[in-house]
Amino acid sequence: MIPVEAYLVVSTLLFFIGVYGFFVRKNLIGILMAVELILNAVNINFVVFNRFLYPDHLEGYMYSLFVIVVAAAETAIAISIIINVYRKLSNIRVDSINELKN
Amino acid sequence: MDLDYSQFLSMSHEVSLVVVLIFLLLADLIIKNKKVFQYLAIAVFALHTVAGFCYYTGMAGDAFAGMYVSGAAQSFVKNILNVGTLLVFFFSFEWNNNENKNGVGEFFFLTLSTLIGMYFMVSAGDFLFFYIGLETASIPMAALVAMNKKGTEGAEAAAKYILTASFSSGVMLFGISLIYGACGSLYFDEVQAAFTDITPLHIFALVCFIAGVGFKISLVPFHFWTADTYQGAPTGVTAYLSVISKGAAVFAFMCILYKAFVNEPDVWQGILWWLIVITITIGNLFALRQKNLKRFLAFSSISQAGYIMLGVYASSQTGMSSTIYYILIYMFTNLAAFGIISAIENKTGKVGMDDYNGLYTTNPKLAFAMTLAMFSLGGIPPFAGFFSKFFIFASVAESKVFGDYLLVFLALLNTIISLYYYLLVVKAMFINKSESPIETIKIDVMSRVALLVCVIAILVIGFISSIYMNIYDISFGFAN
Repeated sequence: MIPVEAYLVVSTLLFFIGVYGFFVRKNLIGILMAVELILNAVNINFVVFNRFLYPDHLEGYMYSLFVIVVAAAETAIAISIIINVYRKLSNIRVDSINELKN
Repeated sequence: MDLDYSQFLSMSHEVSLVVVLIFLLLADLIIKNKKVFQYLAIAVFALHTVAGFCYYTGMAGDAFAGMYVSGAAQSFVKNILNVGTLLVFFFSFEWNNNENKNGVGEFFFLTLSTLIGMYFMVSAGDFLFFYIGLETASIPMAALVAMNKKGTEGAEAAAKYILTASFSSGVMLFGISLIYGACGSLYFDEVQAAFTDITPLHIFALVCFIAGVGFKISLVPFHFWTADTYQGAPTGVTAYLSVISKGAAVFAFMCILYKAFVNEPDVWQGILWWLIVITITIGNLFALRQKNLKRFLAFSSISQAGYIMLGVYASSQTGMSSTIYYILIYMFTNLAAFGIISAIENKTGKVGMDDYNGLYTTNPKLAFAMTLAMFSLGGIPPFAGFFSKFFIFASVAESKVFGDYLLVFLALLNTIISLYYYLLVVKAMFINKSESPIETIKIDVMSRVALLVCVIAILVIGFISSIYMNIYDISFGFAN
């Protein structure tokens, strides 16, 4: 059987890849994908903890379901806002949204 | 399984707001005249606010097996949020009539949806409930920020807001998942029982959690979205974001720290100590060099968030009551400032600090109200802001530990710095000469009423000591 640690290594890696992606990606959709990676790392964590450590409850499974649903809603709003940015600037690069500040 | 429907009675704030929400959604379809719709929406919401004060507070209780917790403190905070939202509606009246003609229904619907999310957040007894509340509060907020159709500002502000919001909730969720792994439960009281020994896992979980919530309250290393979002959003939404949303997040954060992590206060107090010091200092230093008033107030609100967190840091009943008191006074004060900026922006489109030169000669009343707001934000004695700062410093100094005294001392030093930039605005209005000051403007009745309420609150709230005593009686401090 695969030990718990192996799953946790994967989820932690996924989390930090997501954080890294969030800071270095230059494309708004790319940033959104990095955020999705973080959320998936969270889901793996919840499911693994529930399955291996607390198998007689369902809290972790329920939480991961909620995370998936909320992430879908969040992505829908984020993508509509990105489309709005694209309509106004005709590109979605991060360095082109720097109008504010002065 | 049978559901006990009577538990919805203890959720009367939420149920009532959902009814208001559905009613306004339908009314928006039927009523074509947007001005009439606005009057209706404000009237219905005012009814909800009054009912909140008169009836709902007594009905508070738990629901859904402790996932939803509501007591006197939660009810009181919800009432504060209601009053603030009502004032924001008053201030946005003119903007809704002119610039936002096609989105009036959406404005009310989205604002009230975020308010529902904040209710849930404030009343959470479980991390799942808290998370859902937080997201319900922040997802429609992104849409609200994007309602500024002028140029690319709104789109840019909304993109920055939604991306940082989803990133921060991801980080916070990672913390929550580790807390679940360490404690085996998501209920605050069960986490409290299990969260006793400190391992690196516990600390990392706590750090992730505090970082995630810190984004929402815009504490300093996590504040980068604040200024841009505040500047690009419509002014009414900015006011809402800086006061109502922040107040709800602070209170919910405080409840979680006091309930779930009560057994190891040293760990999170150590984190908060540094966060508070850099939040207040960096917020102040950046506010010094802002030329745009909305950006200026954004940085001022960052540093105010640091002061609010002082009460959370104090972690006692006094700490909690002074935090709620600070939120109450900060709400009136900041809404007054934003109300004036929004009124002037609606009429003339000017938000620069230089544009306010010589405002006193043309609009003495507005200049006077703005002066009161700035004095109160800076904490000059006879005004309400002084009392809130006094109570919050007193609550930290209560513990008589050297570190706490040092924290109060640093916060006091920063108050002096903040006086300088708050008075810069006053100086611009009263002393600086200008070739072409803003012409005399006549603001609409709604804004005028709301401004009057705020000014009266700033002047008298500090002297009515029963308000603070009432808040003290309902605060619970460390839940044992």
